[in-house]
Amino acid sequence: MKPFAYVRAGTVEEATDAFAAHPGARYLGGGTNLVDLMKLGVEAPAALVDVNRLPLGGVEELPDGSLRIGAMVHNSDLAAHPLVRDRYPALSQAVLAGASGQLRNAATTGGNLLQRTRCPYFQDLSKPCNKREPGTGCGALQGVHRDHAVLGYSDQCIATNPSDMAVALAALDASVELYGTEGARSVPAAGFHRLPGDHPERDTEIRPGELITGVVLPAGSAGPASAYRKARDRASYAFALASVAVVLHLADGVVDRVGIAFGALAHRPWRARRAEEALLGAAPTTAAFEHAVDLELAAAEPLQDNAYKVPLARRLALDVLGRLAPPAVT
Amino acid sequence: MTGTETVLGAPAERREGREKVTGTARYAAEFDFPGRAHCRPVPATVARGRVTGIDPGPALALPGVLAVLTHENAPRLAEPDDPVLAVLQSPRVPHRGWFVALVVAETLEAARAGAAAVRVTYEEEPHDVTLTASHPQAYVPREANGGYPAVSEHGDPDAAFASSATRVDVEYRVPPLHNHPMEPHASTAFWDGDRLVVRTSSQGTNAVRAALAAMFELPEDRISVTAEHVGGGFGSKGTPRPDVVLAAMAARHTGRPVTLALPRRFLPAVVGHRAPTLQRLRLGAGADSRLTSLVHEVTTQSSRVKEFVEQAAVPSRVMYAAPHSRTLHRVARLDVPTPSWMRAPGESPGMYALESAMDELAAELGMDPVELRIRNEPETEPDSGKPFSSRHLVECLREGARRFGWSGRDPRPRSRAEGPLLVGTGVAAATYPVLVAPSTASAQALPDGAFLVRVNATDIGTGARTVLAQIAADALGVPLERVRIEVGSSDLPAATLAGGSSGTASWGWAVHGACVRLRDRLAGHSGPLPAEGVTATADTSGEADADSPWSRHAFGAHFAEVAVDTVTGEVRVRRLLGVFAAGRILNARTARSQFIGGMTMGLGMALTEDSTMDPAFGDFTQSDLASYHVPAHADVPAVEAHWVEEDDAHLNPMGSKGIGEIGIVGTAAAVGNAVHHATGVRFRELPLTPDRVLTGLLGHEHPAGTLGA
Repeated sequence: MKPFAYVRAGTVEEATDAFAAHPGARYLGGGTNLVDLMKLGVEAPAALVDVNRLPLGGVEELPDGSLRIGAMVHNSDLAAHPLVRDRYPALSQAVLAGASGQLRNAATTGGNLLQRTRCPYFQDLSKPCNKREPGTGCGALQGVHRDHAVLGYSDQCIATNPSDMAVALAALDASVELYGTEGARSVPAAGFHRLPGDHPERDTEIRPGELITGVVLPAGSAGPASAYRKARDRASYAFALASVAVVLHLADGVVDRVGIAFGALAHRPWRARRAEEALLGAAPTTAAFEHAVDLELAAAEPLQDNAYKVPLARRLALDVLGRLAPPAVT
Repeated sequence: MTGTETVLGAPAERREGREKVTGTARYAAEFDFPGRAHCRPVPATVARGRVTGIDPGPALALPGVLAVLTHENAPRLAEPDDPVLAVLQSPRVPHRGWFVALVVAETLEAARAGAAAVRVTYEEEPHDVTLTASHPQAYVPREANGGYPAVSEHGDPDAAFASSATRVDVEYRVPPLHNHPMEPHASTAFWDGDRLVVRTSSQGTNAVRAALAAMFELPEDRISVTAEHVGGGFGSKGTPRPDVVLAAMAARHTGRPVTLALPRRFLPAVVGHRAPTLQRLRLGAGADSRLTSLVHEVTTQSSRVKEFVEQAAVPSRVMYAAPHSRTLHRVARLDVPTPSWMRAPGESPGMYALESAMDELAAELGMDPVELRIRNEPETEPDSGKPFSSRHLVECLREGARRFGWSGRDPRPRSRAEGPLLVGTGVAAATYPVLVAPSTASAQALPDGAFLVRVNATDIGTGARTVLAQIAADALGVPLERVRIEVGSSDLPAATLAGGSSGTASWGWAVHGACVRLRDRLAGHSGPLPAEGVTATADTSGEADADSPWSRHAFGAHFAEVAVDTVTGEVRVRRLLGVFAAGRILNARTARSQFIGGMTMGLGMALTEDSTMDPAFGDFTQSDLASYHVPAHADVPAVEAHWVEEDDAHLNPMGSKGIGEIGIVGTAAAVGNAVHHATGVRFRELPLTPDRVLTGLLGHEHPAGTLGA
């Protein structure tokens, strides 16, 4: 094992200072992905800055009605929180659709957003991977890629983001709060993760040393209905083959707010902006839903072995949209 | 329980259960002998070629690294019978993942770092890892696994098929599958002077001792191999594996106790896999719904290291009466890891294909699939012509149909919908041969009134200790609690492995013999027992392995109900029901566990377990339990196992047939047939994952070819 320094931070500032003081550091939350990657040799941090004691373990309602989730809130607690279950069911459902009970007990909100792809080539040091080692090539492109991307990939990388939670956050218009040496900032959850382009080694827009301090869900106490649905190879403890989070609100018989995000189709949760634009102001009919989803998925370019993802994502989206819309109009 | 009451068949509790659930049971890697070192192998990163250079320098420079063994400096070993054990003996790389070096270090962490630091260069050669039905290098071997002839033919099956009134000609594919026992393969070894002492995770330590004796050129009595607790094997621990050879080598090289526990990710390449099978079934039937021709042809793969031929067509020699038949195996030797035994080798993939084809034939005939099987029940074993010692398949089918509620079934495919779910039911038959091997045992009456039974059985999680104690108690005519049992060491009377569903029959036969003899001796004894007690032994050589005039097999019937989600193509099993005829059931509790464990593994084979050979790199892509999907709890619904009473005097003194494997045999076909009944779509490639099922559903709904809906 490569020796590494271990620093336990008590405050956000201590954490970011420790990170800055240790080149090659990584923040350690639940460790459910980072520690695995260290065992595989994919990650070899010079230092671990343990953020588990940071005072970021709370869920609080802000004066404007939005809900702030601390970065250290465990996935299990997030999914079970009454306000989350009541107001953002897609988020609760998404978190519960991921991993296993034991992993959700250990995994954190911030860590979930930073988990790495489960692409087998990324995890195997004996094979090329531009994400792990830029410039070495992509083993998956001509290899085994049933689980890989159909949207927004590049010739450098066809990996997908594995998070269920992030898909719901993207659809819910959540924002991710960051703190770094240059201060605090907030980025939309839907834009937090990147497409691979020429830099697949960069999963997110996070800057070096920045720490996720929390996630803010917009006010939604009387807000729209939402739901998450995931298709997978077994009933529990499997990553998505495709998934969808949908937020839908109607007024005067037409869609007045909609958020749709797909999981497991791309390098990031895929916010379906074209579909949303097509639906805004439209009556929530099956035909309108089909038209909108087809517009979005027309951009898909399946690889040899993952063409099934396009109809799968389509049917998941239509199923969830249909369930969220009042039965009378569908 | 009184001394005269029989305990065979009773649901006696597992003797080592408390040790296991409290964590005090020790497994092979947990023997922390003083001065113990750890090691980690270095797998080859090319699919075919040879090692041209190994630089151990960077590894040896790391703190804690004790040694780097390679083909250049490792102890020279005598050639083993099983060539997969010839590790670090040559620069040849027969497949990706073959071990080319071993790092020994003070700690597991140092060994891992050392293994990452070893620099290996290769001369790489072009490789071929892709099995196809028409592979130019496929050939018909002399034998398939188990010693069965590769080909068996009766009559003129091609002409009979061509002239049959009803025909089914279909191809099935079963992917590579992996045993993945919960405990990875692990060994701890040390040299005590010129004696080799080994703790290992194995299904049979006599075979491990014999292999080590041959390779290290030692007499067997200077080697002691113990496997006290084994966390599953499913065939992959039926033979010695490289871990035990490497641990013994490293211990000799360093003079210290050494533990090698194989990382999970290494298992697919070095402990065997169920080879993929491409199977073509041709079934012809006459107007009376009786088979006129049965042709089962299998193409499979083996490695460059050795020939191992999954005997998938063999069960078709046993199941149904057909005047004309051909069962045939072909194998292609590719640059792939070496396949090996996995639970019900042959029967498991072969019966998936045969029983799926029988379902297809029933549909063609418009006949109930239970009745079709009953209609084709043979009077004697079709291939050998031998009479069955007992065969109660029909009873299993009828009893299963009754318990499952089969009679109310609407036979039309796609006839039952619940919202977006399509619901269906399916049936399949199962068979597994009765295997038995010679073993020895001793039974000792002790002065304190207890009895000590010793036999080198291996308890791989099945409850062997428990059932052997029951056999002994009955043979001795004493209460169960007075019987102590010692198993799991090559220092005990030699016995066969826990494999081929043969363990309980083989060990139990010897235990029974020793106990009966002891009882006779005690009957002639008067007064207190001497301090050393009274001992009797038994050896079933010549008896257990005598040729039998009988065809001896267990049979079973599987029923499954599934729900197929038409939105996603996800298939979930709602219930599984199996009825088995396997001679006398010796422990109702552990037998049930064996049956439902096998059925659960069959559920995984049907729905979730999939391994993909990467054509570019030559290894299996799914190398951990996050990607190789065994069923999770949420996948396993109501699973019921029942059995019918079966008296068979042609087996062994207990009247038992093996039960460790038959539970898996019919499950995949029953599930697949249920999916067809639910959807109207016939899937012929396992597993039935959403990508395949959704694509099939879309093709069914939109035959013109648009995947739009």
